[in-house]
Amino acid sequence: MIKDMDRPLIEFKDVTKRFGSRTILDRVNLQIYAGQVTTIIGLSGSGKSVLLKHIIGLLKPDEGTILYQGEPMNEMKKSERMAKQAQISYMFQDNALFDSLTVYENIALPLRETTNLDKAEIDRRVMARIEQTELKDAAHKYPSEMSGGMQKRAALARALVTDPRIVLFDEPTSGQDPVRKNAILSMIAQYQRKFGFTAILVSHEIPDVYFISNRILALYDRTIVFQGSPEELEEFDHPFKDEVIRSLEGLRQELTGLYSQRQFKVMHHAQLTQRARGETYSMVVFTLDDLGVVMTGSSHEAVRKTIRSMGRYIDKHFGAIGGFSTRRCTNQFVTVLPYSDLTEAENILIDFAHDFQERGLKDGYEGPERRKTSGVCIELVIRAGIAQGQPIAEIETVIDEADSNQKEIARLRCDVRG
Amino acid sequence: MALDADRNGLIASKYPLHIGMLLTKPCALLGRGTINWVNSLGTSAIFLALAFLKILHPKQWAKIIQQIYYIGARSTMIILLVSVFTGMVLGLQSYTALVKFGAQGALGTLVALTLVRELGPVLTAIMITARAGSAIAAEIGIQRISEQIDALDTMRIDPLRYLISPRIAAAIISFPILTAVFDIVGIIGGYISGVLLLGANAGTYVYRVQASMDMKDVMDGFIKSIVFAVIVSTVCCYQGYFTHMRTDSYGAKAVGLSTTSAVVISCVLILVSDYIVTSLLIR
Repeated sequence: MIKDMDRPLIEFKDVTKRFGSRTILDRVNLQIYAGQVTTIIGLSGSGKSVLLKHIIGLLKPDEGTILYQGEPMNEMKKSERMAKQAQISYMFQDNALFDSLTVYENIALPLRETTNLDKAEIDRRVMARIEQTELKDAAHKYPSEMSGGMQKRAALARALVTDPRIVLFDEPTSGQDPVRKNAILSMIAQYQRKFGFTAILVSHEIPDVYFISNRILALYDRTIVFQGSPEELEEFDHPFKDEVIRSLEGLRQELTGLYSQRQFKVMHHAQLTQRARGETYSMVVFTLDDLGVVMTGSSHEAVRKTIRSMGRYIDKHFGAIGGFSTRRCTNQFVTVLPYSDLTEAENILIDFAHDFQERGLKDGYEGPERRKTSGVCIELVIRAGIAQGQPIAEIETVIDEADSNQKEIARLRCDVRG
Repeated sequence: MALDADRNGLIASKYPLHIGMLLTKPCALLGRGTINWVNSLGTSAIFLALAFLKILHPKQWAKIIQQIYYIGARSTMIILLVSVFTGMVLGLQSYTALVKFGAQGALGTLVALTLVRELGPVLTAIMITARAGSAIAAEIGIQRISEQIDALDTMRIDPLRYLISPRIAAAIISFPILTAVFDIVGIIGGYISGVLLLGANAGTYVYRVQASMDMKDVMDGFIKSIVFAVIVSTVCCYQGYFTHMRTDSYGAKAVGLSTTSAVVISCVLILVSDYIVTSLLIR
C-alpha cells in the first residue's frame, strides 16, 4: 500500500492540450506532493499558466488524465470534482482583484458568496487574514490606491481566506522590481510555512525561486523535462539548462552584483563538503533593518542603491579572502568565509562596518532621497552576526545561528546627513 | 513560342477558377455570417436562460437592489430631461398641426397615446442603453480582460449568478418604472408647451388625456418596456462577458468595440422588437 506521503497530491498523466492547431502541452507527466513548494519553471509562453489552469479546472486536457489524490478528475462526479477543486485557490499574475471593491470586500467575497457564515464570523476571518498580511491600514482602500506589493498581499489574503489545501501562484513576481520580487517570494515561503498549504508556483525568477522551492518542474518544448529538487537540477544535463537557466541567471547576477542562490549553494557544496572532518569555516549574515519603512517612506531607487552598495562592499571586503556571498531575501545577505576562523571573520567585519558606515551608506543613500514625500527622517540599521560551521552541518542551521548572533554594526542617522 | 503557349494555358486554367471564386465567395461569406449569427443567437438565448434561472438565488437581493440603483435610480435625471422636452416638442408640433384643422382639443389625446404606447417605452429604453447599457458592457468587459471573471470561477462563484442575473433583474424592474416616469413627465411637457405656452384649453387637455387612454394602453407600454429590458440587459451583458472572444481586436480596444456593439445592437433590436411587439399587441 502506498503511503500518503509517497502518493502525489496531483498527478498529470500524458496530458495534452491544443488551442486550434497549436499544441501547448504535449504528453505532460508530473507529480506534485502535499505540503511542498513546487515551482514550474520555463520561458515565457511555454505553457506554464496553461498547465496551472488545468490544475484548478479552468481548462480541461484534450488527452490524458489529471489525478487528484490518485483519483482521475474526469471520472469524478461533478459534486465530488467541485469539492476537490474548492480546496484550491489561485493567485493570478495580475492579482485579478475587483477594482470596484475595497481590500476588505475583495477578501470577504469568497466567504460571502460561497458559504453560509454569518457576518461576524466572516469579519473575524477576513480581519485575521488582513492582519496576517499586514494590510490593516489598507483594509478600506481600493486596489488602485495601493502599491503593487500591497495588491499582491491582498490577492494572497483573498486566496488564503477559505483555508485552501493548495494555492496556485501564477508568476507572483512578474512586473516587480528586484526588491519587491524577493519580498513576495519570502512572503509566499513564510505563509506556506505558517499555514501549511501546498504551494504551486509558476515562475521564471531563476534562481530566486530555488530558495523557497522543495521541487522544481521544468517545462520545455511543450513537456516536462525535469522533476526534482533544486540541487538535482544542478546535475541535470539538458539543452533546457543552457537555454533557460543560464540566460536568466546571467541577468540576475548583473543586477545584484552577488552570486545567485543556486551558484552560492553550488560553491558551498564544492568548497566545503569535500573538506576533512573537523575543519571549520565562518558564516556572516547581514540584515538591513526597517527596509519596509524605507521602501514606503522613500524611493525604490534609493533602496536598490543601498542594497547594491552593500553587495559591493561585502564583496570588496570578504571576496578578497576567498569569501562568497548571496542575497538570502530582500534585506538579508549571507557570506561564507571558507578559510577564516571566527577571530579573522570578526576583524574583517569591523573593517567592513567602518568602511560601509563612512562611505557605503553615503554612496547608496543620499540625504535628499531620505526625506522624499513625507519629510520624515528614516533611520536604517545594519546588523551582522557570525557563526562557525562545519562541512557536515546543514547550511541553514549555520545561517540561523549567525542570524541569531546579529548585532548592530552600522546605522544611517537622521542627524548625520539631513 | 513554347513559353507563350505555357502562359496562355496557365491563364486559361486560372480564368474559370477566378470566375468560380467570384461567384462562390459572396455565398460563402453569407453562409459563414449566417452561421455565426445563428450561433450567437443560440448562445445569447442560453446565456439569458441560465442567468434568468439564477435570479432567485438567496444571495441575490442585495446585488439586485444595488443594480437597480445604478441602472434605474441613476438614470432618472436623464429620463426626466428627455421626457419633458419630448413632451414639449410633441405638444408644440401637434398643436401647430391640429390648429390648421381646428382640432386643437385632440392635443391631449395625441400627446398621451403617442407617449404611452410608443415614445415612452422606446425612448426610455434607448436612453438607458446609452447611459447604463454602455456602462454594463464596459464594466463586464474590463472584468473579463483583467481576469476578474476567471477569478470568480476559481473562487467557485458562478459569474452568471454574480454579475449577470442581478443586472437582468434590475433592468426588468427599472425599465417599466422609468417608462412610467417618462410617460407622466412627457404629458406634463405637452401641457407646458400646448397649454401654458401656446394657449390650448387646460381642462380639455387634461380631460382628453384621461379619457383617451385605457388600461390596455398602459399595459402594452409596460409589456414593451419589459421586452426592451430583457433585450438591452442581455445584449449589453453578453457583449461585455464575451469580450475576450472577439476576433477583431484584443484588450482595451476589444472593450471599446464591445461597448459600441452593445449600444448599436440594443438600439436596433429595440426598434425591431418594438414593431414586432406592437403588431402582436394591436390585434
